Amino acid sequence: MTTAELIGQDPGWLITVKAFMVFGLCVILTLIAIWAERRIVARMQMRLGPNRTGKFGLLQSLADGVKLAFKEDLIPKAADKIIFVLAPLISVTVCFLAFAVIPISGPVSLFGRQTAMQLTDLPVAVLYILAVTSIGVYGIVLAGWSSGSVYPLLGGLRSSAQVISYEISLGLSLVAVFIYAGSMSTSEIVAAQDRFWFALVLFPSFVIFVISMVGETNRAPFDLAEAEGELVGGFHTEYSSLKFALFFLAEYVNIISVSALATTLFLGGYRAVPGLGFTEAWLGGWFTVFWFLGKVSLFFFFFIWLRGTLPRLRYDQFMKLGWKVLIPSSLAWILVVATLRVLTAEGASQFIIGGFTLGVVLLVLAASTLYERSKVKRQAFLHNIGEMPEPSFPLPVMPTARKNERLVIESHE
Amino acid sequence: MNLALEVGQVGTAEAVQFFILAPIAVIAALGILFVKKAVHAALMLVSIMIILAIFYIANGAAFLGVVQIIVYTGAVMMLFLFILMLVGVDSSDSLKENLKGIRPVAITLAIGISLLLISLLSRAQISEQAPDLAVLNSEGNVEGIARLLFTEYVWAFEVVSALLITAAVGAMVLAHSEKSREISRTQRYKSVARFRGDSLATAAGLPGSGVYARHNALDVPALLPDGSASELSVSKTLQARGDVIDQSKFALDQLPGVNEADESSAVEREEER
Repeated sequence: MTTAELIGQDPGWLITVKAFMVFGLCVILTLIAIWAERRIVARMQMRLGPNRTGKFGLLQSLADGVKLAFKEDLIPKAADKIIFVLAPLISVTVCFLAFAVIPISGPVSLFGRQTAMQLTDLPVAVLYILAVTSIGVYGIVLAGWSSGSVYPLLGGLRSSAQVISYEISLGLSLVAVFIYAGSMSTSEIVAAQDRFWFALVLFPSFVIFVISMVGETNRAPFDLAEAEGELVGGFHTEYSSLKFALFFLAEYVNIISVSALATTLFLGGYRAVPGLGFTEAWLGGWFTVFWFLGKVSLFFFFFIWLRGTLPRLRYDQFMKLGWKVLIPSSLAWILVVATLRVLTAEGASQFIIGGFTLGVVLLVLAASTLYERSKVKRQAFLHNIGEMPEPSFPLPVMPTARKNERLVIESHE
Repeated sequence: MNLALEVGQVGTAEAVQFFILAPIAVIAALGILFVKKAVHAALMLVSIMIILAIFYIANGAAFLGVVQIIVYTGAVMMLFLFILMLVGVDSSDSLKENLKGIRPVAITLAIGISLLLISLLSRAQISEQAPDLAVLNSEGNVEGIARLLFTEYVWAFEVVSALLITAAVGAMVLAHSEKSREISRTQRYKSVARFRGDSLATAAGLPGSGVYARHNALDVPALLPDGSASELSVSKTLQARGDVIDQSKFALDQLPGVNEADESSAVEREEER
């Protein structure tokens, strides 16, 4: 029996119970995630992080949440009141919706009924997640617009451009997965990874997906919509108290749900690591939840790691990355995957498939070499600005760090 | 005339959902016509699109519904909002005619299209027996659409995509300016140019405003070591607006306590210590 059929048999009360469990999971994960992020980033910056409230500071996010709720709730005079209130509500409502189609566990028994920890299964489940996240961005864009001041407006503007660009590459990175799994339903994609994870088979897709998911969730180094160094707080500059808390919650739930999506699509979802398949039957199947959460926290750690490591991109660099690198390369990759898939389906000989793969690899290598060469030439051309002026004061001998520049200077002489 | 009953019986859940969502959609549609701010109208349009998507999904067209949200709500309306925000927060539509004689043309077109639509819709025949969704979706909703698109309708599909690409390329050509072909002056380019330029005066960057002066403000020029005010230190925008505080006021010899008498008294004070 497939997961879809298993879920289809659920009575109404079980669906309600599962909905509450998924909601609770999201909220608890958010609390833990905020604490974990602060502790881990602190470690990376040689600090301690919150360690006073509760054991290891575990209750810190709870305390912060309560404090935030009791703060004064301000609505600026220039704000468009209805939309100002509506924006955080849109953000926070929509962010939970994506979790409805994520398979959290394999077949388990809950209150005496056989089911799986997945709220519902659609034939277009992954597209549904894309649709829901695209609505969620309305929260950010509208917050920026309705605040009635400049920084939030800039933040909202950036966010809308960002989401349009990165949703394209996100969607394109999924195409290869659909081709290989032969389905858009999350449970069937998990089932299709019983032998190999798609992260291995479709590695370029995986890389593109991971980059675009960071862009999609407004996280460092792509957090241009809130860029505290440039835009104060970006879209949420004017928000305070509970409304701000809602944005905060939405951001973390979004991170967790894209991590869960990445887990489902590329890391085999709730399935155990290959070779440890026997653990899937432990605790009556509930052990699969730990596999799922483990993989999700891996992705979450990656998010924190990025934040601790990379500086924020400049806006034009960010757009360039999206439009000139991610989208063309994922289009090319889809062509390769589709051709390979057709060749396999038509029963082409291994010789042809191997030859095709070799050809693609050689083509990529040749293209990248040519690109590097032209880049060096272009740099040399760009730096050919003029002769070095005669310094009017004694200059120490400067160490020439880059090879390219030295080339340029030599060519002048 | 009750179309729903003629076509076939509608389930209770679907009827409940219809009678909750349909009025909202109609109110939102009317709202588009009557609200003042363009962003509000855009939001109403978004809500209509989402409600339509829900209807599609309820009618068994899951793929169509989800794609409706991704394409229209997620991309088209988002672009629309982007433009609205670029135009400005408070700008409401101006009723001034920029193109002369555009109004009669618009009205004629609107009447023509509505006549066309009405005549088409009135001649439409709704068959007694609605096609069975279970049969239509037997091979799966997505698979069914894919099969139709890439077999029966592949020509129409390709023509539409060619049309869209032509439109996109056309828009790019029209909006393209020669300026963007110049080598973009990157930070790296500029920093190299500072050192390879005619003089090294600006190699370390322009002086900051308000430095060495008694004031710490953007509209006050910096004083150079010889006491003269540096024009370079004040933003050109401020200079053009005339918002700069008079520079001579801050020159070193104008400051009280710096003239010779004060200087000598200062020396005396030093000596006393």
